[in-house]
Amino acid sequence: MVTALADARAVAETVTDPELPMLTLADLGVLRDVSEVDDRVVVSITPTYTGCPAMEVMRADLDRALRDAGYRNVEIRTVLHPPWSTDWITDAGKRKLAEAGIAPPGVAPARAGGPVPLTLGPSVHRVRCPRCGSPDTEEISRFSATACKALRRCRACQEPFEQFKEI
Amino acid sequence: MSTENAYEALAEAHDDARWAFGTSFDDPLAGVDTTVPSGVDGDDLHAYCLMLGDDALIASHRLQEWCTNAPELEDEVALANIALDLLGQARLLLARAGERGEDYHAFFRDEQEFRNVRLVEPAGGDFGYLIAWLLVFTSWRLALLQRLESSRDPVLAAVAAKGVKEMTYHRDYAARWAVRLGDGTEYSHDRMRAGFEAVWPLVDELFTPHPIERRMAEHGVGVDPATVRAEFDDVLARVLDAATLELPEIPALAGVSGKTGRHGVHTEAMGYLLAELQSIARAHPEAIW
Repeated sequence: MVTALADARAVAETVTDPELPMLTLADLGVLRDVSEVDDRVVVSITPTYTGCPAMEVMRADLDRALRDAGYRNVEIRTVLHPPWSTDWITDAGKRKLAEAGIAPPGVAPARAGGPVPLTLGPSVHRVRCPRCGSPDTEEISRFSATACKALRRCRACQEPFEQFKEI
Repeated sequence: MSTENAYEALAEAHDDARWAFGTSFDDPLAGVDTTVPSGVDGDDLHAYCLMLGDDALIASHRLQEWCTNAPELEDEVALANIALDLLGQARLLLARAGERGEDYHAFFRDEQEFRNVRLVEPAGGDFGYLIAWLLVFTSWRLALLQRLESSRDPVLAAVAAKGVKEMTYHRDYAARWAVRLGDGTEYSHDRMRAGFEAVWPLVDELFTPHPIERRMAEHGVGVDPATVRAEFDDVLARVLDAATLELPEIPALAGVSGKTGRHGVHTEAMGYLLAELQSIARAHPEAIW
């Protein structure tokens, strides 16, 4: 059984994100747990964003990958707490993002208790251009083609690029 | 192991001829512990989740109406993203609101069964109004969610913890636009001021607790909205000050015999909104979404 469990985890770790196919769900920190309970595989995943429409595809992909590997009793569970953070993206995941032209996230903002501070000015953190490496970049929009990314522009090479925004 | 086409994977998972609408909405709370906390009335908890879920659903619908109508592509994308985050909150909350599930709650309730505040109902169309409306809504809801992070209900606490992170971005988006337009040209300043004046009559209702909200707050599950007024006022004052705008002095829109959105008494806009929101689901009641 121990061997089978390791296999199930290895299979689940091969499943990629439907929007970012260069990353696995494990790279993204979305895959929270793989365990075997009473002869079935239970996989726990957590949504990156509350409304993330890719969740259903992730569930279907995990289910099919495990069934193709011979597991007949597969359960995919959603874990809502603690909420996903970009800090959970692995170093390999960050490297793959950069290689795909998406600037990886910095450290997610830490928040003490109490009211959430309002930010009226532009974001101050430096983001390096994933194409030319210049730190001279500016934010165009905090929202991009998917909920998890912001849109930026490099002032050195003039290219626009996406950044995985810290959350 | 992903298939080339995301829709193929979904069609495979749903071998059902009725599945026809492009996505599959499984129970968003699948595998989540939904036990009601001890000492809490289940009906009260369900009604409370409807209130918070309906606020998110109707606000999301109004934001979705900006798709293909926003002034710039970047704003189109921003508004669609905000709408999607709110829709995600609505799905979890409406699923939490009882056995009948999210689809029933969204598509098969009548107007008087909805428990959203009236703020989210009026039709938009004007960007100045949209920004004022979004700033008011997100400032209020972010303050509520931040307190709900410590709710005794694990689902509410989880939705809140996630929502706080997302809505911090939503509120900043609205606040920065309010400053840019208010402190812009004379014309943009006037449009922004008109936006705040239009939205203001529905602000007081946000902080008027319904008895269920009070009871949920007493049980450590919910938040009495009256307790977030000071924080809301502080945020609005800071944004309006930076935007060189004055706080509007416009009386609140009265309810009907003291009843407002939380009681199921809505504005005229709500009927039209639901007619559109619910039309496809009601035309195809057997469809699987």
